[in-house]
Amino acid sequence: MKVELRINGAARCAEVEPRQTLLDALRENFLLTGTHAGCEHGVCGACTVLVDGEPVRSCLMFAVQADGYEITTIEGLAPAPGELSVIQDAFCETHGLQCGYCTPGMILAAHALLRHTVTPSREEIVEAISGNICRCTGYGQIIEAVEFAAARLRIANTPRPRHAAHEHPHAEHDAPVEGVLAAAEADEPAVEAK
Amino acid sequence: MKPAPFDYVRPGSLAEACELLAGDEDARLIAGGQTLVPMLAMRLARPAKLIDIMRLPELAGIRAQEGVVIVGATTRQAQAERDAVIRGSVPLLARALPWVGHPPTRNRGTIGGSIANADPSAEIPLVAVTLGAEIMLATTSGPASMPADDFFIGPMLTSIGQGDCVRAVRFPVWPQRRIGTGFFEISARRSDFAFVAAAAQVALDDDDRCVEVALGVGGVGDRPLRLDMSALVGTGLAPAAVAEAIAAASADMDAMTDLHASAAYRRRVATTLCIRAVEQARADAAARAMEGAR
Repeated sequence: MKVELRINGAARCAEVEPRQTLLDALRENFLLTGTHAGCEHGVCGACTVLVDGEPVRSCLMFAVQADGYEITTIEGLAPAPGELSVIQDAFCETHGLQCGYCTPGMILAAHALLRHTVTPSREEIVEAISGNICRCTGYGQIIEAVEFAAARLRIANTPRPRHAAHEHPHAEHDAPVEGVLAAAEADEPAVEAK
Repeated sequence: MKPAPFDYVRPGSLAEACELLAGDEDARLIAGGQTLVPMLAMRLARPAKLIDIMRLPELAGIRAQEGVVIVGATTRQAQAERDAVIRGSVPLLARALPWVGHPPTRNRGTIGGSIANADPSAEIPLVAVTLGAEIMLATTSGPASMPADDFFIGPMLTSIGQGDCVRAVRFPVWPQRRIGTGFFEISARRSDFAFVAAAAQVALDDDDRCVEVALGVGGVGDRPLRLDMSALVGTGLAPAAVAEAIAAASADMDAMTDLHASAAYRRRVATTLCIRAVEQARADAAARAMEGAR
């Protein structure tokens, strides 16, 4: 069957068997191998992609079901070639990965969470990544990475989701938010006073 | 871990879907696919044809009507979880939904799919049985419906006929103002299949006396069970009375033994979770009065 998909903002077309999962289509037809094949029966979360902005398991969806949705893979997050998104960078900074197999799924799950909420609680982060299995980190640094990314996004001068305004009293004002300068200085090495 | 080959069809109407389904014993419906696709991947199911009903407009939407809320079969679990009508009018469903699978599976999985799958440990069937919901069906001879209690007849078994499709679930809306809900479950990992789950909804009058109470347990027997709590109506839901009513209602409850838990364990945990669920629901309802009085 012929399917027309929107992947990372581009219209893509492929000839697939009905039984071909979205995961296999992404990897084999579109060579988007950042989406990882783990258990292939919906347990591990390595194959997580965003469908209309929400995380889903691409192994539990057939490519023929995926037309008409906006599909985002890990390749679609970086702002430009060779760059990392804030969340990707936070995973590096906090050692939120070791072998990297679960990482694309973790980052996409975190990406969806941080689009919904500016100040996620630890509980909300745990819930958001609860469907993604990591066998290296013990999850501690992954949670830290999401907290760190959330903190960086809060102080970055970017539009915030409107519905979170009540949790973030500055969001409705144009005035610089506390910590905006810290965003610019965030990449400077911290100098400890001796 | 690749499914066996099948044909994929996307009918344009519900009637066409039922006809396709009735005419082919090897055809299966697919909507969210969060249970069916793993079964296909492990080749525990090998349908010759998948009939995709996800985009049928007849199955979509959440509607509030006189005394009921009708939840369309293809309503995503995540959508129902966030829905204001469900939160306001079927609070027990809203309370239970975060326990269903994980966020990524709730983004695809549907209310009707969980009902039709009839897993004895599943949360949505448990809520349907606890509240006495009606399962609305589409059949080749037109619409039909049956009480949830008659719909579930065993593990992954329902009384649905060949060619029938779950159209919607009709949840009763309790008329009282002070309604509270409670939900607990025990599983090996967060949001994994429940060994035991308990759901309770309680309505209190202004003197904190119980006007109506519904209690159900999942994962213990071969289908969700509603426990008779009528002895508690009119009482203040004192812990001793609640424990006694639960002990009486669950005395002859059948329990399964499997690799995960013995029947004795399930019964013991069910009693404890039922007590906690009723207490959580009572406290939730009691807290509502103070808000109303302000």
